[in-house]
Amino acid sequence: MSFISARRTGRRVSRRFTGRDLAVLGVLLGIPVLLDIAIVWGPTLASVVLSFTSWDGIGDIKWVGTQNYENLFTNYPQFWPAARHNLLWLAFLGLVAAPFGLLLAVLIDRGVRFSRFYQSTLYMPVVLSLAVVGFIAQLIFSRDQGALNAVIGDTKSPTDWLGDPNLNIWMVLLAAAWRHTGYVMILYLAGLKAVDPSLKEAAAIDGAGEAQTFFRIVFPTLRPVNVIVGVITVIESLRAFDIVYAVNHGRNGLELLSVLVTDNIIGEASRIGFGSAIAVVLLAVSLGFVVTYLVQELRGEKNR
Amino acid sequence: MSRRSLLRGAAVGAGAVTLPSLLTACGSGPGGDGKTITLGSNSSDPIPKKAFAEAFAAYEAQSGGRKVKVNTVDHNTFQENINRYLQGKPDDVFMWFAGYRMQFFAEKGLLHDISDNWQDYKGFSAALKAQSTGADGKQYLTPYYYYPWAVFHRKSLFDERGYQAPKTLDEYVALAKQMQKDKLDPIAFCDKDGWPAMGTFDYINMRTNGYEFHKSLMAGEVAWTDKRVKEVFDTWRRLLPYCQQGANGRTWQEAATSLQKKEAGMAVFGLPHPGAQFPKGEQGDIDFFPFPVINPEHGQDAVEAPIDGFLLAKKSKNLKNKKTLESAKDLLKWLATGKAEDIYLKSDPNNIAVSDQADISAYSPLQKKAVELVSGAKQISQFLDRDTRPDFSSTVMIPAIQKFISNPNDVDGLVNDIERQKKTIFAAD
Repeated sequence: MSFISARRTGRRVSRRFTGRDLAVLGVLLGIPVLLDIAIVWGPTLASVVLSFTSWDGIGDIKWVGTQNYENLFTNYPQFWPAARHNLLWLAFLGLVAAPFGLLLAVLIDRGVRFSRFYQSTLYMPVVLSLAVVGFIAQLIFSRDQGALNAVIGDTKSPTDWLGDPNLNIWMVLLAAAWRHTGYVMILYLAGLKAVDPSLKEAAAIDGAGEAQTFFRIVFPTLRPVNVIVGVITVIESLRAFDIVYAVNHGRNGLELLSVLVTDNIIGEASRIGFGSAIAVVLLAVSLGFVVTYLVQELRGEKNR
Repeated sequence: MSRRSLLRGAAVGAGAVTLPSLLTACGSGPGGDGKTITLGSNSSDPIPKKAFAEAFAAYEAQSGGRKVKVNTVDHNTFQENINRYLQGKPDDVFMWFAGYRMQFFAEKGLLHDISDNWQDYKGFSAALKAQSTGADGKQYLTPYYYYPWAVFHRKSLFDERGYQAPKTLDEYVALAKQMQKDKLDPIAFCDKDGWPAMGTFDYINMRTNGYEFHKSLMAGEVAWTDKRVKEVFDTWRRLLPYCQQGANGRTWQEAATSLQKKEAGMAVFGLPHPGAQFPKGEQGDIDFFPFPVINPEHGQDAVEAPIDGFLLAKKSKNLKNKKTLESAKDLLKWLATGKAEDIYLKSDPNNIAVSDQADISAYSPLQKKAVELVSGAKQISQFLDRDTRPDFSSTVMIPAIQKFISNPNDVDGLVNDIERQKKTIFAAD
């Protein structure tokens, strides 16, 4: 230990990199940068370029200009429902699941009876992948053999929870929220544990009620957690895919942008150009959120 | 860990990534040894997998030292990757489907012409040859088995209630009405996976407008807004009240189960579907009748019977070696014999052989009936998703049919939607 710290202080005196250090730095920085370019930026740019072609993955690449986009917006019945469903997903997770997770976290943090039990039960779905959640949802919501219809004794003309295009998106959202709530709850629990109890005491002495204390004192101190919850909610809603794919391949009322991308790109005779155009739309939407978030964060940094 | 060992670790890691590809590159040398044939299989389900293994073992035993090396890939994965597979490093021989789905790859130059093999093939009907032929008139596929689609039902239920197999659409509807009175779901119906309902569409279309119309509609030559297509949907709408409700939420397994439980009376299926859902003791109770006549002009000429078979991949490196090519063609020749099909079908009785030289004496009564159905057919169709461009069937037709099932009243809007998308897709190349 002493040897290392001695070296460190020694280096502070003459902060010069030897040629070898530079080489090592170059390699260690260069490899990740190259990987980043090859694995992240390359495909992203390729998608953008391919979205202006009609490529089927085998033949020559032919330029078609903005035709894919025109097609997408005017001539692809699944596109607008998919965009709507993605937004609905965001709204549902953000306005229902996340606040519910916060509520549960507050309740558990106050130390209700069996709180350990609730905590682990509510967190359980988080360890499952969304695809598995999708399979569980099918066991419950299936029209003919599902548990829900059996429990409510609906056998005459059973409700088709997953087949009815007006209904199934809500059922799937419920299943997705089941998982998301637990996730959010754990994050808020960690945040709440870090709130200084003396703040609450001070508020109590000043005569603040429970609700006032929470909204005026506790909630603002949770700001970093709120930001994280917001970010993961946006990510979860934009990348939502596995659960609807497990249920019915994201068709018939469960369309999502991510599913349309795979539907068009993966397969025997892929419409790679067209699929890329959808992917670019998804990218643009995500960039919207990312940029807003970054701007806010940077502004917050300045104010701090 | 010191910097140096870290770097060394990185170098070893990079080596580990590149080394295997180098090794395979200098493996058996270009062209292989002339005796080993690699075969890409999509038969990942246990029953067909075992049946194929038996067939290949029988080939090896009589081939004088030739070997078949099978690479089995999960069925859906194989299907989704076929594009990349055929362009990359495919096996010499691979399993695939007849019809447009084969022609598509033939046109892209990814398949080996096996017309010379076909000159010696015996026991295949003209319809089979047509389904193995590319748009350029050359043969690319060696058919192996097929499974006809029909209206399946339980023999015992029909006997119990005195139902008669209907011959015409009117009789079909009358029977359905009677079943409804008897508190049955007349027609088990499902389309959660997106494809099962296509069989019903195909049959109504071919019975109404004939096989030639089916072919040109699938090839994108006829407009979907044509009044003949609307007629198909109108007839279908007439049948929907007798079909199980909630089809878009039901898998074919669930639909076949309701048939087995005698909750539903009939179902339009392929041969393996009820077979897979009926317990062993009840297999003998499965029966079927051909889809009823709609337009007497076309009668029951056409039968929907998807064909699976074997093809040679053009990009396979080993096939550049003349000897390996010869071996691969020899394997196909053997697979084209009735005897080879018998070996397979002994372990997988849910299909029927394509060759009329196959021994049908060992068939179950149901299989024999299926053979009769297919051999009596003037035309054999391959199922909607095999008779048209795959991008059209999966991105346009699956959602369109599901939409029709949940809202059957807006046929005009539906066919307009299909036609607009069809135009852009078929114009793509």
